[in-house]
Amino acid sequence: MAEMKSMREAYGAALVALGKANEKVVALSADVSNSDYSWMFEAAFPERFYNVGIAEQSLVDVAVGFAYTGHIPFANTFSFLFATRALEMVRTHLCYGKANVKLMGAYAGLSDSFDGPTHNSISDVSILRSLPGMTIVVPSDPIAVARLLPKIADWDGPVFCRLNRNEVPVLFDESYAPEIGKAMVHRQGRDLTIICAGLMVSRSLEAAEKLASQGISARILEMHTIKPLDRQAVLAAAEETGAVVTAEEHTVLGGLGGAVAEVTAAERPVPVIRVGIDDRFAESGPYDAILEAYGMGISHVVAAAHAALKAKETS
Amino acid sequence: MHYHSEQLVKEITIRALQSRIDVLRMIKNNQTGHLGGAFSIAEVLAALYFHHLRIDPKRPDWPDRDRLLFSKGHACAMLYSMLAHRGFFDPRELMTFRSFNSMLQGHPDPSKTPGVEIAAGPLGHGIAIGTGMALSLRMRSAKPSSRSAPSSRASAARVYVILGDGEINAGVVWEGIMAAAKFRLGNLTAILDYNGIQQTGATADVMPTEPIGAKWEAFGWHVQEIHGHNVAEVLDALDRADEVHARPSVIIARTVKGKGVSFMEYDHRWHGAPPNDQQFAQGMEELQREVAAWQK
Repeated sequence: MAEMKSMREAYGAALVALGKANEKVVALSADVSNSDYSWMFEAAFPERFYNVGIAEQSLVDVAVGFAYTGHIPFANTFSFLFATRALEMVRTHLCYGKANVKLMGAYAGLSDSFDGPTHNSISDVSILRSLPGMTIVVPSDPIAVARLLPKIADWDGPVFCRLNRNEVPVLFDESYAPEIGKAMVHRQGRDLTIICAGLMVSRSLEAAEKLASQGISARILEMHTIKPLDRQAVLAAAEETGAVVTAEEHTVLGGLGGAVAEVTAAERPVPVIRVGIDDRFAESGPYDAILEAYGMGISHVVAAAHAALKAKETS
Repeated sequence: MHYHSEQLVKEITIRALQSRIDVLRMIKNNQTGHLGGAFSIAEVLAALYFHHLRIDPKRPDWPDRDRLLFSKGHACAMLYSMLAHRGFFDPRELMTFRSFNSMLQGHPDPSKTPGVEIAAGPLGHGIAIGTGMALSLRMRSAKPSSRSAPSSRASAARVYVILGDGEINAGVVWEGIMAAAKFRLGNLTAILDYNGIQQTGATADVMPTEPIGAKWEAFGWHVQEIHGHNVAEVLDALDRADEVHARPSVIIARTVKGKGVSFMEYDHRWHGAPPNDQQFAQGMEELQREVAAWQK
């Protein structure tokens, strides 16, 4: 069993490191800094941290002002609030107006599980993915957070970064060097490809072990950048393995699964089975139990792999 | 009382009138655009662009320029006329307003039009964006020196936000108003185009805003209320706002929607309607007569 580490602690530490390395970076908060751990940046750089109160629309607009004046603002609040309450600000100024704002979406997916569906963020990727000019990054472990954060700061344009709240398995070592927009093969395979993001990467790797014990060779392709999607990696997976499963902590409508299906349907049709939460809200409860109950367990990835293989054989 | 010469007041007044003529032509030409709210803000914009703002049309990206955020984006025909005559682009572009391939979009786009600072159209963004800019300018250093004190690293540039009175129906405006007061932004000035009319009727009926001055005051802003078509008053108020320290400042400019064309004044139906040939001719005649009277 891999070591477990807190994603939000990793984020707070990574933001402090970024602040040391880049004096243009400022952090803005909608008064949840002790939830998302941006308090660590506030403690290190009090003169570069601004709390605008419980006002997410203002949070994004104030960040736009910083961006247009040469700073690199990291705006912090819960993921679903960027995608819903502050959406018009994001569309008009980050996407249309090209303001170089970084949206750090805390408590993404079902990771704020006890607070329940009001705090879950299961539609953020599909909503924000439809906006021209948006970039969407989903780190899968604490080292990925630390490695991707400077890339996000350097990226020329707005970024939405989706962050898990909880302890997650550590997947990478210090040599990990991700590039925005470039998918990563964790494990080679012949029979099908599991394209995954965020917490579902570790679960897909465990699913691949189970499948291997059943004689099935599954490629694990981590798509930490959902937009711009690494189309070549998706098409290579479709071409070389002939079947695809997508796995994400998000609705199956329009997120990673939707993005992959759009590419394969148009350019290399193969069976695509999507793992995620169906078109419904979850409920309060322990994180693992909620993931299991709403279709994001390891067994669901394994079952989806079997379904994809069956569809491949009959197509 | 501050002193501005009669000559300056006259020049700015005439600039406002001539830009109303531009706007009437632009909106007649393509039969699309917003006249009423453009006419009400003419003198304020002329005073800013032709006297008050520290800007350089040759360097629209100059880091230490004053920023004018035109938050009531629908009235942008007037903004475009001011920018063109101030030298940001060729005034011949004005007649392409809202045409295919034009640099002058139906609502402002900072990537297409030099001098435009923010996208606007969906209302309510200016104060909060201006708050971010004012904070950023206050702490920013173009070329930090190890010896410079933090205060000497701040930019002297100021931020001006122009918003409409219908616009302040939007909640994010008040979020921004609270934030600007919290951060004691003496380098931020808002000008409220208080023309009393919005798209479907009087602001007093649609969403009452009074007591408007007391509201801003209660939120921690310095408040001035002026006659927004009196150029001397506008110039004085802008100077006074610059002298307010440690809190943001608002100028409530009492204006007339559709100002300058008799049959458009005080009538919400001219919020977004284009003129026909006869209305255009009458409007042009009234505005040109007014220009001639000032030029005497």
